[in-house]
Amino acid sequence: MTRFNAWNVFKNGLIQQTGWDRQWRDPELKKEYDVIIIGGGLHGLATAYYLVKNHNIQNIAVLEKGWIGGGNAGRNTTIIRSNYMMPGNHQFYEHSLKLWENLSHELNYNVMFSQRAHISLFHSPAARDAAARRYNIMSLHGTDAELWNLEKLKKNIPHLNYNDARFPIMGAAVQRRAGNARHDSVAWGYARAADQLGVDILQNCEVRGVKRNNGRIEHLETSRGLIKAKKIGFAVAGNTSRLWEMAELGNLPIETHKLQAFVTESIKPLLDQVVVYGVGGAHFYISQTDKGSMVFGGDLDWYKSYAQRGNLPIVQDSAEAAMAILPCLGRIRLIRHWAGVMDMTMDGSFFICKTPIENLYLNAGWNYGGFKASPASGWYFADLIATEQPHKYIQHHNLERFEKGINLDERGAGPDPKLHG
Amino acid sequence: MIRIKCPYCGERDHSEFTYGGDASIQYPSLDGTEKEWVEAIFFRKNIFGKQLETWHHANGCRMWLEVERSTKTHEIYSVKPCHPEMKKVLEKKDSNDL
Repeated sequence: MTRFNAWNVFKNGLIQQTGWDRQWRDPELKKEYDVIIIGGGLHGLATAYYLVKNHNIQNIAVLEKGWIGGGNAGRNTTIIRSNYMMPGNHQFYEHSLKLWENLSHELNYNVMFSQRAHISLFHSPAARDAAARRYNIMSLHGTDAELWNLEKLKKNIPHLNYNDARFPIMGAAVQRRAGNARHDSVAWGYARAADQLGVDILQNCEVRGVKRNNGRIEHLETSRGLIKAKKIGFAVAGNTSRLWEMAELGNLPIETHKLQAFVTESIKPLLDQVVVYGVGGAHFYISQTDKGSMVFGGDLDWYKSYAQRGNLPIVQDSAEAAMAILPCLGRIRLIRHWAGVMDMTMDGSFFICKTPIENLYLNAGWNYGGFKASPASGWYFADLIATEQPHKYIQHHNLERFEKGINLDERGAGPDPKLHG
Repeated sequence: MIRIKCPYCGERDHSEFTYGGDASIQYPSLDGTEKEWVEAIFFRKNIFGKQLETWHHANGCRMWLEVERSTKTHEIYSVKPCHPEMKKVLEKKDSNDL
């Protein structure tokens, strides 16, 4: 594998870019693996990578029903932050952010991580108090967290609507280390790095059946044939319930919903931060890509759906929210919008846990927040698969937490998955 | 846009409606076991395909409807009122000398 470095870039400039290898192999599937991860998204690829890197487990396959980067890895708004306050969640997402900070070096792949700050606006004294509480908790845990008053906010982002907004902007809660990365690069970077460590990445390999025998999974029926594995991990957020049913495990505390995102034509540099706006029913987040497009998203489509296809009312909602805080976007044209399917859980937190089947491990329930979690998700899922012991940060991120009453509900919205935005 | 045929108002855009949730949930009795309640509240079926669900015609007649819809394609198979006896009452009122 040709490494990405200054010398190789220079050399390939002289030889018409013919000196690069392909990024990952297209291997034939073997009959048996030590570990199979189902789902070649960011979480599945990261898991495979850390299984080799941290735990030196060889003979791993990642099964992907489509192609790498074609699922939710390519259907997000690329926001990375760690402004969580519940025990476990906080440490987990902070670790994730730290992994992001070194990810380009770790993977020898430029994931274009940009710590441009995450600015969460507030519009009422109550919202400011809630933000102060959350950001104080973060501060006490050693995460960077700031509260900005209106004056400071105006100085940093002068072109928000400070004049006649229906909900006047009062200030913002800010995490400076938060930001964006390039989603495709993360998928390709993990795939390339995992492949380099010997992981077989099997694309166009859809799991169609899970054969159980005596409390173990005996083999998987896939579109490319039968495969056996000593250990199997599910990392297929959006479709977790379907695989769970294939394994005859009944129901999960998950509903599948779809979330839309939008991208506009490219414009000159306008917004140097991630800006988030949330008042009552409105929910909106926006940033500008390095190509100049504005990328933004809003709420779920609200009704349960597996269709990777958005609907018009949310287009209107998001456009209205955009106009509410950035009226200067009024004439910009949308060029694409898309929808991804989310595992929305009953308390808005994820699962990295063991299952009733001895050799099956579950990674699911990422709600809106899967992208930022990818590195830590892979890290802790690999740790669980390798050591069989849940790490203390994820000890309650299991399926038993509901009956035990240990809900990890950041928003306090109760057992209605669509409310955990 | 999903179009829902409201039995009271006719076919309308789904933006007039609010999604309620799964209409097929059967709650256990109040003195049911903890396990039964955990199952009913947290561990529900996440249907891939035809699902029975409730929608509220919030910006229309404000009636609750029971809709059969595909979570895979968004196709709607049937719509009926959640409280059919309400329709009878309303129709009766209409026919009277209101």
